[in-house]
Amino acid sequence: MAVKKIEKGVMITLLILGGILMMVPFIWMLGSSFKPENEFTVIPPTIIPHHPTWNNYSRLFTEMDFLVYLKNTLIIVICSFVGLLLNALAGYAFAKFEFPGKNGFFYLILATMMIPGQVTMIPTYLIINKMGLVNTMAGIVLPGLVGAFGIFLFRQFMATIPTDLMEAARLDGAGEFRIFFRLILPVVKPVFAVQAILTFIGAWNSFLWPLIIANDERLYTLSVGLSLLKGQYGTEFGLQMAGAAFMVIPIIIIFTFFQKHIIEGYTISGMK
Amino acid sequence: MMREFAKQWNKNKYPYMFIAPAVLLLVVFSIIPIVIALVISFTNMDLVGLADYSNIRGVGFDNYIRIFKDPVFLKALFNTFIYVIVGVPLVVICAMAVALLLNYGTSWLFKTFRVIYYMPSITNIVAVAVVWGYLYNGSYGLFNYMLSWFGIPAQQWLQDPTLAKFSLILLALWKAIGLNMIIFLAALQGIPRSYYEAAEIDGATGWKKLRYITVPLLSFATFFVTITTLIGWIQFFEEPFVMTKGGPLNATMSLALFIYNNGFKLSNFGYAASGSFVLFVIIILATIVQFAVRKKEVEY
Repeated sequence: MAVKKIEKGVMITLLILGGILMMVPFIWMLGSSFKPENEFTVIPPTIIPHHPTWNNYSRLFTEMDFLVYLKNTLIIVICSFVGLLLNALAGYAFAKFEFPGKNGFFYLILATMMIPGQVTMIPTYLIINKMGLVNTMAGIVLPGLVGAFGIFLFRQFMATIPTDLMEAARLDGAGEFRIFFRLILPVVKPVFAVQAILTFIGAWNSFLWPLIIANDERLYTLSVGLSLLKGQYGTEFGLQMAGAAFMVIPIIIIFTFFQKHIIEGYTISGMK
Repeated sequence: MMREFAKQWNKNKYPYMFIAPAVLLLVVFSIIPIVIALVISFTNMDLVGLADYSNIRGVGFDNYIRIFKDPVFLKALFNTFIYVIVGVPLVVICAMAVALLLNYGTSWLFKTFRVIYYMPSITNIVAVAVVWGYLYNGSYGLFNYMLSWFGIPAQQWLQDPTLAKFSLILLALWKAIGLNMIIFLAALQGIPRSYYEAAEIDGATGWKKLRYITVPLLSFATFFVTITTLIGWIQFFEEPFVMTKGGPLNATMSLALFIYNNGFKLSNFGYAASGSFVLFVIIILATIVQFAVRKKEVEY
């Protein structure tokens, strides 16, 4: 028994040590974001600032356009929820309807999962350019609006809904859209919630495509704005750390609230 | 005939309406681009061609021949190879080790640390790059300060060509552990307790249980993690893009970054497209090799 206790003690020590190592960048970021500029050159470096200040955060909004970037990011988040709904609709049709070409369309969608982003990046830019959507919000949002993985996941879950439920609603004279919104969506709420959180995180973090499509600073997202900050204010660590914290902390808060669902969602979707 | 069609349409109108937006978007932004990429990879398309399509000329296999003589491309190929052979085993071993530790208990402590280990994988890559850039800073960075405790001289983490590659790998490893650890954790929780109980009756120790029960039973999860990690490393992009821009002296240049630079910085769309197909072929080959190796394992 004593051996078992020691073993457990060693395990917990390793776990905590590793966890602290994983946390170092976050602690460093948070501490530094409150440092006044002259505290950055102090040796040895301070983890907790001696003279904490909000100045770095306020400069993000006064000197930089972080409010505009935040607005753009939130627009992308909202659009991505529309995309989520389109995924759910498609998943529903594949799960619960029989129609000519069903399998063909489904395999077509699955095939898009295997194409690396680097291959489609350039042609997609050319298409967006041809459509005249470069430097518009539509150009940023449209290419990533729907995703094969989401459609697949919704299909898997909706397939388990009993068809009788829909038949009964049809006999009562409910229209197909009504059935979808009033009957199906509430049933798949748990999956929808997981997908919504993952979609939020994805949209919040979107970087490369907005960078390619937006030439105009008014269309930049938070990530693009932050990378701009890194380029132009490369020596102002306080400003950079505050910008990074501004991006990371909302995600961590949301994640901590919903982590149980997200981790379960990954478990279900990753391993089945 | 018309009537038959109308009847069919009426019957299937709703499913078609439901899938139409998704199918349309995927066809326009995923399927058609593949065809375009293949076509333009055989042309000299650049900014001039973008402005006026009549300036685009077919060049046969020229792009593909040129790319394999391009020293930057060869360097990127070599770097990507290093990323894969160092990165893949590191991610798999670390993720598995963390999952084993986290699976050891069920108290609040283990649940809290599950969140902590997972956290890096959901954070924004630009924010992460900004923070790590500061950690790696030669004069004021935390890492060099920590090294000084042990009397080790300050390192040029991102400026030294050899070290820069490994600095990026370290950052990517930190970010990759979380997601893969979850996959291992799910697999671990699927192993029946009775296996361990039977082994304990036979007098098996902790190490033996790990070696002969846990690791073999994790083989599917290991396979899954290896494949996805491998594909991820072959497409390694964001870390070098934000941290080093491929430098110093192209020492951190990856294939994906090479494609991006040629496509969007130099506007050599045709040349970049041929690069993207080389990348595509490498991914397919690597995946086939993985499956072949696994099949052999099963036959034993």
